[in-house]
Amino acid sequence: MMEFFSQGGYAGYVWGAFGMTFGLLLIEVLQLRSSRKTTLTRIRRLLRLRAPRQDSAGAAPQRGTSGPTS
Amino acid sequence: MTINWFKFASPAAFYPIAGRLIPWFSGIALALVLVGLFWGFFLTADQLGGSNPQKEYYRIIYVHVPAAWMSMWLYLVLAGWSAIGLVFNTRLSFMMAKAVAPTGAIFTFLALWTGALWGRPSWGTYWDWDPRLTSELLLFFLYIGYIALHSAIDDTRRADRAAALLAIVGLVMVPVIFLSINCPDPNQCASLHQRSDPGSIHLSILIPMLTMTLGLWSYSFAAVFARLRTIILTRESDNAWVRDVIAQETTA
Amino acid sequence: MKARQKRLVLVGLALVGVAGATTLALSALQSNISYFFSPSQVMASEHPTDAVFRVGGLVVKDTLARQEDGLTVHFEVTDNAAVVPVSYTGILPDLFSEGQGVVAKGRIGDDGVFYAEEVLAKHDESYMPPEVADTLQTAHVDGIVEQTTGTEPPRSMTQ
Repeated sequence: MMEFFSQGGYAGYVWGAFGMTFGLLLIEVLQLRSSRKTTLTRIRRLLRLRAPRQDSAGAAPQRGTSGPTS
Repeated sequence: MTINWFKFASPAAFYPIAGRLIPWFSGIALALVLVGLFWGFFLTADQLGGSNPQKEYYRIIYVHVPAAWMSMWLYLVLAGWSAIGLVFNTRLSFMMAKAVAPTGAIFTFLALWTGALWGRPSWGTYWDWDPRLTSELLLFFLYIGYIALHSAIDDTRRADRAAALLAIVGLVMVPVIFLSINCPDPNQCASLHQRSDPGSIHLSILIPMLTMTLGLWSYSFAAVFARLRTIILTRESDNAWVRDVIAQETTA
Repeated sequence: MKARQKRLVLVGLALVGVAGATTLALSALQSNISYFFSPSQVMASEHPTDAVFRVGGLVVKDTLARQEDGLTVHFEVTDNAAVVPVSYTGILPDLFSEGQGVVAKGRIGDDGVFYAEEVLAKHDESYMPPEVADTLQTAHVDGIVEQTTGTEPPRSMTQ
C-alpha cells in the first residue's frame, strides 16, 4: 500500500498531476451545478415579479397567461 | 425518411435533448475513467524499459496525453461552431461555442500542468521554450482571450461574433502544436518532445491511455451540455417555453 | 457614450493582450531556435563566443566520466558528424544516458570545452515495459526505427 502511494519516490509528480486533473474537473462540475441553480432561481424570481404586474395592470388577461400562481 | 436537422438547431429543441444526454455521458465518463485509472496504476509495469527507461512518473501519460488531445480537439469544436454561427447566423452554434471554451481552457491548463510535472523528473526541467510547449501555452491564451473578449462585450450578439472571429483566427495554432515536434532528426532541433507514434507505445500502456481519453471526451460532452443548458436558459429567459420548463425543473 | 467607450477599451485591451502574448511567445521561440547549435556548427565556429547558447545531440557511448568531486561530469555530444566535449556540475536528469539525446545550455570555454549550466534529456518515443523491451531486443527495435524513418534522413546511430 505504501509502495502504491510513494510511486517509487515520484509521489509529488504523479499525484500532483492526477490530483490537479481530477480536482479541477470536480471544481468545474460543482461550478456548473451552482451556476445552474442560481440561473434557475433568478429566472423564477424574474417570472414571479413579472406575472402579478401584468395582472394588476387592470387589463383583461390577454393570451393564456394564468394569474399569480400563489 | 428524412430528418429535419434544423429542428434540433433551435435552443428550445436542444435544451431537453442535452438534458437527457448529460446523465449518459457522465456515467460513461465515470466508468471509463475508473477503468483507465485502475488499468494504468495496477495492471501496467511500474517502470519502463528499453531505450526510454522512465520510472513511475511515466504514469502521467494517462492524464497528460488525453488532456493535450482534448485541448486541441475542443479548440477545433470551438472554432467550428464559431464558423457555423458566423456563416448561418444560428443562435445555438454561438451558444455551443461559448459553452465549450471554459472546458477547453481547463484541459489546456491541465496539459501544461501535467506536462511540467512530467518534464521535471524526465527531461530535467518544468518548463522550456520547446515549440510544442510554447504553442500549447499560446492555445491557453487563445481560450482565455476568447472568454475575456466575450465577457467584455455587453451586447450578446456582438460578443458572439467578435469572439467567434478570434477563435477562427486562432485556429492556426492547432496544426502548429500538432506538427511542432515532427523534427525528423533529433540532432537538428531543440525540441524536447519527440515524434509520438501510437505504434511505439506498448498495448498495455496504450489501452489505458485511450480509455482515459474516451472518458475525458465523454466528460467534455457532459460538462459542455450542462453549461449550454444554463446559457440557453439565460439567453431565452423571455421566451414562453422557458416558463414552462422552469415550472417543471427541480433546482437540484 | 461612456459605456461604449468602456467596451472599446476592454476589447482593445483584450486584443493587445493576445497580440502581446503571441509576439512574446514567438520571439521566445525564435531566440530559442537561433541559440541552438549542432556540434558540427560549433566545430565550424558558427556559435557565439560571448553568449549562452545551446548544444544538442546524442551522448557518445563510453564518454561519460564522473570527476572526483562526484558532481562534475564530462561527456561528449555528437550529431554523428562532429563531437563537442561537455562539462557539467549538477544533477543529471533521470533520462540522461549514453546514446540518448540531450540539450545542454551554457557557453564554450577557451579550452574548447562546453561548460553547461543546464543539461536536459530528451525522451524516446517508445513506451515499453522492461520485459517487453528486453525480449524485443535490438533486432526488432532497429526494424521499427528503419521503418519509421524510411523516407527521412537517418535519425540516429543508436548502435
